[in-house]
Amino acid sequence: MAQADTTRSARRNGHDPAAAVPRPGGPESGSSSLLDRAWRELSGLVQRRIPRADLDERDPDYIREQLPLFWLFSSLWFRGEVRGLGNIPDEGPVLLVGNHSGGNMIPDTMVFTVAFSTYFGVERAFYQLAHNLVLSLPGLSWLRKFGTVAASTESAHKALASGAALLVYPGGDYEVHRPSWESNRVDFGGRKGFIRLALEQEVPIVPVVAIGGQETALFLTRGERLARLLALDRVLRLKVLPVSLALPWIVNIGDFGHIPLPAKITIETLPAIDLRGEFGPDPDVDEVYDHVMRLMQDALDALAAERRFPVLG
Amino acid sequence: MRVGGHKVLAAPIEDVWSIVTDPERVLDYMSGVTRWEVSGDVRTGLGARYRILFRIGAAEVGGMVEVVEFSEPGDLAWTSVTGLDHRGRWRLREAPGGRTRVEFRLAYVVAGSGLSGWLAERVAAPTVSEHVRQTLKQLERLVEHDQLRARAAARR
Repeated sequence: MAQADTTRSARRNGHDPAAAVPRPGGPESGSSSLLDRAWRELSGLVQRRIPRADLDERDPDYIREQLPLFWLFSSLWFRGEVRGLGNIPDEGPVLLVGNHSGGNMIPDTMVFTVAFSTYFGVERAFYQLAHNLVLSLPGLSWLRKFGTVAASTESAHKALASGAALLVYPGGDYEVHRPSWESNRVDFGGRKGFIRLALEQEVPIVPVVAIGGQETALFLTRGERLARLLALDRVLRLKVLPVSLALPWIVNIGDFGHIPLPAKITIETLPAIDLRGEFGPDPDVDEVYDHVMRLMQDALDALAAERRFPVLG
Repeated sequence: MRVGGHKVLAAPIEDVWSIVTDPERVLDYMSGVTRWEVSGDVRTGLGARYRILFRIGAAEVGGMVEVVEFSEPGDLAWTSVTGLDHRGRWRLREAPGGRTRVEFRLAYVVAGSGLSGWLAERVAAPTVSEHVRQTLKQLERLVEHDQLRARAAARR
């Protein structure tokens, strides 16, 4: 029964749980044990908790009421600075593609969401894709009212087809937990799905480049090997088990929350890219990917050159 | 929260009025404003709508505003239609010696409920006050510079 629920719940979100859960008789059957069953149960629990990707859950009135609180954090704690919002087309669907930093506290997303919502008004539909695990954690249901939906191809297509602006972080958990000494590197880990999404939906891509997030803690390692060892990729779709030095835990394994250091967050929004306008009627995905990466890396290098001190900015 | 300031400018009231009612000149003197665009067919006067943005802290706030008072040459007031709830007013009065007393007021309410809204209003106040002060200073410079140019043109 639990398995059936899992399948139904996950398919609604565009996931294929069959691919995520080890099958009896598969290569893992030899090591089938209590631990395996426990992992399966946990996987089922997480899948059941992933909310249905319902765009209607975004609540402009709620966002309007919460903006002052996030504006305070954004202005006082992170001294946020968002430039170039005028590069985002004033209306119509648009795919905002960002580099992701700051661990699971996602300070760059908060600063950008506040800036976007005040610049265009809460009336403009704006969605953000988030890792399934984020939306399945208890106490974070308010994120859905802000327009956060579980990351899946179906959710992304739905959001853009509705005419909304959609923020995606192709690097996801892989990039957000990169070591602090790789702060100034855009690293999507070769994920190119966002380009196919933009082409299929015929929407422009607007790169959003942020700096400062990786200085909110000292990120030591992504812990990819540890994640594989614990089968987290199969159970929770987590390819990492990050280790960082962060408040108040000091040694923070897994990053299920920490107090971010008040690092200055600066975000630069680059001019929109019309893929078919720039790359012809049938753009080569690899070529577009290299172009986007180069633009974003150049912008990140320029932002890094402006910074004099870590955290202080 | 209401902030405001005033200044006496060495220019006739009609000249000051023509500047503060011209949407294309707003960016020349209004501090903190990053956008002031006409929205719709009415460029100036009662009912004119503008899409405006002010930089306050980490965000550019604003939205659509509409002119709700337009008494020539003295009172211009606008109120927000969308975005940040606020009201702005220019109040011009003739002063002795062919000068003009200019008063600029901004009143705003932060929508957030409870402590965060109350706190955000107060945290933003010094920035808004500074923008008001700078706006009056820049308007003074602009108006008096226009006067100098006009006098120089008349001499030629």
